[in-house]
Amino acid sequence: MINILFIILVIGGFGLFAYNVKRIVSNIKLGRPIDRTDNKKERIRTMLLVAFGQKKMFQRPIPAILHLFIYVAFVITQIELIEILVDGATGSHRIFREALGGFYTFMISFIEVLSVLALVATFTFLARRNLLRLPRFHMDEMTGWPKLDGNLILYMEFVLVCCIFIMNGADEVLHLKQHGESYNFTVSSWIGPLLFGGVEDVETLSMLERVGWWSHLLMVLTFLNYLPISKHFHIILAFPNVYYSNLEKKGRFSNMEAVITEVKMMFDPSADPYAEPPPAPEGADTAPQRFGAKDVDDLTWKSILDGYTCTECGRCSDACPANTTGKKLSPRKIMMDVRDRAEELGRHRVKNAEATDDGKSLLRDYVSEEEIWACTSCNACVQECPVNNDPLEVILELRRFLVMEESKSPSELTTMFTNVENNGAPWQFAQADRLNWANED
Amino acid sequence: MSEKIKVPTMAEMTASGESPEVLFWVGCSGSFDDRAKKITKAIVKILHACKVKFAVLGTEESCTGDPAKRAGNEFLFQMSAMQNIMVLNGYNVEKIVTGCPHCFNTLKNEYPELGGEFDVVHHTQFIQELIDNGKLKITGGAFKGKKITFHDPCYLGRGNDVYEAPRMAIQKLDAALVEMKRCRAKGLCCGAGGAQMFKEAEKGNKEINIERTDDALAVTPDIIATGCPFCNTMMTDGVKNAEKEDNIKVLDVAEMIAEAADL
Ligand code: SF4
Ligand code: SF4
Repeated sequence: MINILFIILVIGGFGLFAYNVKRIVSNIKLGRPIDRTDNKKERIRTMLLVAFGQKKMFQRPIPAILHLFIYVAFVITQIELIEILVDGATGSHRIFREALGGFYTFMISFIEVLSVLALVATFTFLARRNLLRLPRFHMDEMTGWPKLDGNLILYMEFVLVCCIFIMNGADEVLHLKQHGESYNFTVSSWIGPLLFGGVEDVETLSMLERVGWWSHLLMVLTFLNYLPISKHFHIILAFPNVYYSNLEKKGRFSNMEAVITEVKMMFDPSADPYAEPPPAPEGADTAPQRFGAKDVDDLTWKSILDGYTCTECGRCSDACPANTTGKKLSPRKIMMDVRDRAEELGRHRVKNAEATDDGKSLLRDYVSEEEIWACTSCNACVQECPVNNDPLEVILELRRFLVMEESKSPSELTTMFTNVENNGAPWQFAQADRLNWANED
Repeated sequence: MSEKIKVPTMAEMTASGESPEVLFWVGCSGSFDDRAKKITKAIVKILHACKVKFAVLGTEESCTGDPAKRAGNEFLFQMSAMQNIMVLNGYNVEKIVTGCPHCFNTLKNEYPELGGEFDVVHHTQFIQELIDNGKLKITGGAFKGKKITFHDPCYLGRGNDVYEAPRMAIQKLDAALVEMKRCRAKGLCCGAGGAQMFKEAEKGNKEINIERTDDALAVTPDIIATGCPFCNTMMTDGVKNAEKEDNIKVLDVAEMIAEAADL
């Protein structure tokens, strides 16, 4: 009976997770195509360094180490989860213990030590978030859900670690009572007797152990299904996101394909301006594309993936010259906006299979013109992002839409455009005077 | 320097059946901005002194399109680029040295896909080459013992990972190179990039160039060095704003090298 309940719970939990992942994947696919499959070796290397090795985190060693504790504890605890799954389904108890012997003791002890370290990190992070008032955790975009989200996950981590120690601690005392020997797990062999040593009754102990065990399982399933609605999805998405990151020099901005075709034609005297455009390849999207981006589906899928991967850490905004001098622009907000808008548009598309437009867009409903024009394209945000996000690319695409589709730009920039076009310089100097400096003293 | 250096154009060289080792891409600032013209002249002095056979495009040069591209006007950028590429390819240009990191980045990274493939270096890299192959000899001279801090231009540093060339040149001056708290990959922008140079900043509580100048002032330098005419303008304004222009100079690496080598 209890096995069946267990199996339903686990299948339900994983099923819901799979459903949410599928939903997010289809939201990411709202984006335009971009090929990031080249250079596999370099991509794997970058992924190992930046995502797995957390290279960029280590520029700030203390938070990096604390973060690493939580991260490693999280990964390693999953080994224990495998045992829980097998035990739960078959009704066994610590099924791997017999087979693995001393290694099992080592493994569980390792998990326990890491859990303690993770607990230390959790408290430090809670204090840092709520008491230290680091500016990057208190910007405008970090109110409401994002703020709660940042704290919630830390509470969950705390509860999870408590469950582990209730489970192992009670089991330790129980085992001692029933078999006269300890499991010798590093932490619970002393915390167990400390907490539950006074409990004489075997039934109560066994119940405590079950409570720990089930709560642990429930926490893991809750956590799993919390991920897709949280910035904590980065623990999974960081890997593909870094793998597919831009490997070119950061200074290089893409040359827009559609513009290349048109400009080449203007410069080619033999081109026939009235010629039929070449037939689109089979299955290609034939709707004329916008220049630049007004909404998330004008961005590449990689930009949307960036949004979902964003950890809301604010390292980008902390380094952003515009943000640190009080401008409205915050690259973190840009990434969060992309994600939130992708969620909204995705929901709309699911509900209204026919209608593809909900009358809203990333530009203006989420990101204002003021924000976009404050960017100096300095790449500090890209440099700092621990998961290799590229907020600058989104800003550039929004600018492209404003300028090329709506002819909207700050008036001084419009003047600059005119000058470049007519004089070959951003200022109003004649091209004929370009060499005058050579004859001056 | 007493005699005026003759600056040959590509057109003149080609007419006399010659071709230069490098094309010096002056850039719009370097051509028109009074302060930046001094940097241009310093680069010319260095090229001349090292007997580098160089030429400029002169009136055939036009904006690379960088500010248009960063501001979102891809059409204008590509039109400018195509025009320049036709001129450059017409002269069979192979190597280009630029006086500006923005020109450098655009020519090097964005032109190839449009048909303009050249070997492009920034002037600080070229100076490093000249020092490395012994063509340029400098002794401390005027800068001996001076405290110099280098402000990394975004499109040289983060944009193209060039951090060492300008620093190496500064070290040749027997000067004390001091780093700002935010330097190299963490260097703060001067505030001019992304076409900000040509417009008023958005509303905020501080100008970016003041923020950056504060970084520099914090290390009490004698000289703030940079490698970009825009950064130069921004930092110069910042120093003036702090009323420190009598004690702190803002100079391009090329200017210091030219002065130290007594050119
Ligand atoms: S590129 Fe733009 S958004 Fe990113 S840090 Fe620089 S100014 Fe801020
Ligand atoms: S974009 Fe990157 S640096 Fe910025 S908040 Fe998100 S994860 Fe952090």
